[in-house]
Amino acid sequence: MITLLQIIAEAAMSEGYSVRTSELHGLSQRGGSVEVHVRFGRKIYSPLISQGKADLVLGLEMQESLRGIYVANPTTKFLVNKFIIPIPLKKPLSENEVLVGLKKISKDVNLIPAADICREKLGADVVSGIYLLSLAVFKKIIPLKPSSILSAIKKIIPEKYLELNLKTFNLART
Amino acid sequence: MNKAGKKVILLGNEAIVRGALEEGVDFVSTYPGTPASEIGDVFFKLSQDKNYRGYFEFSTNEKVALEAGIGASFSGLKTLVAMKNFGLNVCLDSLLPFVYTGTKGPTVIVVADDPSCHSSAQSEENSRFIAYAAHIPVLEPSDPQECKDFLRLGFRISERYKIPVIVRTTTRVAHQKMPVILGQMPKLGSRKGRFIKDVKSFVTLPPRVLEMKKELLEKIEKIKEFSEKQSVNLLIGKPSRQKLGIIASGISYLYVMEALKELNLSLPVLKLGFFYPLPEEKIKKFVKTLKKVLIVEELEPYLEKEVERLAKNTNPKLQIFGKNLVPEIGELKPEYVIQAMAKITGKFYNLQPETYDLAIKRFPQLCPGCPYWLVISAIKKAVDVKNVIFGGEIGCYMLFGNPPVNLQDYLSCMGSSVGIAHGIKKSTGQKIIAFVGDSSFFHAGIPALINTVFNKSNPLIIILNNRTTAMTGHQPHPAAQSEPNGINIEAVVRACGVKYVKTINQINQEEFVNTVKDFLKKPEVSVIIATNPCVFVAKK
Repeated sequence: MITLLQIIAEAAMSEGYSVRTSELHGLSQRGGSVEVHVRFGRKIYSPLISQGKADLVLGLEMQESLRGIYVANPTTKFLVNKFIIPIPLKKPLSENEVLVGLKKISKDVNLIPAADICREKLGADVVSGIYLLSLAVFKKIIPLKPSSILSAIKKIIPEKYLELNLKTFNLART
Repeated sequence: MNKAGKKVILLGNEAIVRGALEEGVDFVSTYPGTPASEIGDVFFKLSQDKNYRGYFEFSTNEKVALEAGIGASFSGLKTLVAMKNFGLNVCLDSLLPFVYTGTKGPTVIVVADDPSCHSSAQSEENSRFIAYAAHIPVLEPSDPQECKDFLRLGFRISERYKIPVIVRTTTRVAHQKMPVILGQMPKLGSRKGRFIKDVKSFVTLPPRVLEMKKELLEKIEKIKEFSEKQSVNLLIGKPSRQKLGIIASGISYLYVMEALKELNLSLPVLKLGFFYPLPEEKIKKFVKTLKKVLIVEELEPYLEKEVERLAKNTNPKLQIFGKNLVPEIGELKPEYVIQAMAKITGKFYNLQPETYDLAIKRFPQLCPGCPYWLVISAIKKAVDVKNVIFGGEIGCYMLFGNPPVNLQDYLSCMGSSVGIAHGIKKSTGQKIIAFVGDSSFFHAGIPALINTVFNKSNPLIIILNNRTTAMTGHQPHPAAQSEPNGINIEAVVRACGVKYVKTINQINQEEFVNTVKDFLKKPEVSVIIATNPCVFVAKK
């Protein structure tokens, strides 16, 4: 997730935007929920998105995407990985429950089977986040050039994983 | 990458490292703690390169880290010490006299607070108190660029006034990223310090110590004058018709600027880069012509009280707003500041209602394959958990307090599980198992263990030796990753006078279960050292 932030931030900087991100490390990474923010534009001050002010919520897990409601408004777009990580001793929410929850606030909710697509076509679902990010750029949901995102991926992803990530990027184009 | 003038996206903590390198830092010591950990991580990585000119160490705790830094400073080296807020408490005993003696090599201490306790148990600490307790200058950056700039300013103040300087960050500053303009890296060879005897400067023996206090207070007066002229205490905007002004620092300043934009307001803002000593004349001048002032700060109202004090003579009718409009508990969020400013200016701000009813609670968990799961299962097999008290501590194993594990009846600071267990034992005689991590044991557990022997109590202490400081990102510690050269924990425990000690790999469940049962009956303190390594160490 922090990698996704870094890619967006690099791409935004390369296009001359003011950009800030906020992330969390440590305890919050131990299987807890991780929420990271990125903002770019002409002049950005706060690294945190204000309540109800997000343009896009990228959810890498369905249940977690409900946390995005806090920063959402009716025009906020949700791109959510159709993927569930169960919580110990709890019955996972159904796809429908998640949809109903998100639709209460947003008119633009999209569940994308990114994990399935990546597993099927690339043999790895760890790149689901890169897939969703690339999709968002190709669909012009994130107003950055695909070429900027591509350069950022090349700059940030370690050599070892670069090929897989480039394949993911190209998969999202089609 | 290293070219001056280039813009690079850096994390606040990375920018701190960069600032120290641009200053030509010689000596760096730290104990890992989020949200300051990356400072040590980056220096650790740099120091692995044999061409790195400086010295870096992970010390056993923050007090020792600071003391190492004091030694380096006394020897004339440019020194950086980094820690999280609780580390400041640990090193207070050494810090106060250091401000009295002052520095020889310029010294900056980075202290990272964590409002909202994102990565902290124990308390929501506001480290600003240290300014008053120690008379130490405190600078508060708002973002990564300022992290770098303020760090350099800290070194300049330290060099000029021979005093250590604190740069205080918070999670949203330390873990914020933005493009940072790089400065020039100095071309320096490795530098060896030299301790030159100077009893008058370095020995705090009375009656000299009171003279030192006088000299310190005089320094602070001079730094106050200096701070009046510094552009880090910045006046932004022009007087408004409503005669309302805002004072803010750190991350709060960014939220204020965001709020002004959001509400389309134009108000004067005094941004304070110095928390201590405050540029009092600048503040007085700022509030003199105002009717109302809003102070935006996280946690306790330190600035608000200072402004109240300063306004008393300058502008007694001034209406001061602060904690009546923004919360004292938890970090600030931009929308809190927008709401506060809307309220004070009579603007309407429609906040999106928070519909959160479906969101689910996800507790942090031990990693899959974590060796601690085996300790948990052994304990649940060995004892009736209702009849045993479980002492918790700071590290991955504090997650024992979360469901479904639920093996934690108290939790305080590092090293405390053993000390508190002793007190409970002495007071009640109830059965008690205290967990302590390997890094934690070296950090502050050893004196408490010796105390159980010295004052004769019999808790069972389980030292979880997973061979790394796992929670903060797998930093090394005295018994970790360097075996067989690492310090042998069992030998330390025995040397403390403990007779009942067993080192067991918890994979051997039966032996572990039987030892727990057996040791709980012992009339003296007993220790089990569980040796299965962290999954991330095992992978290496």
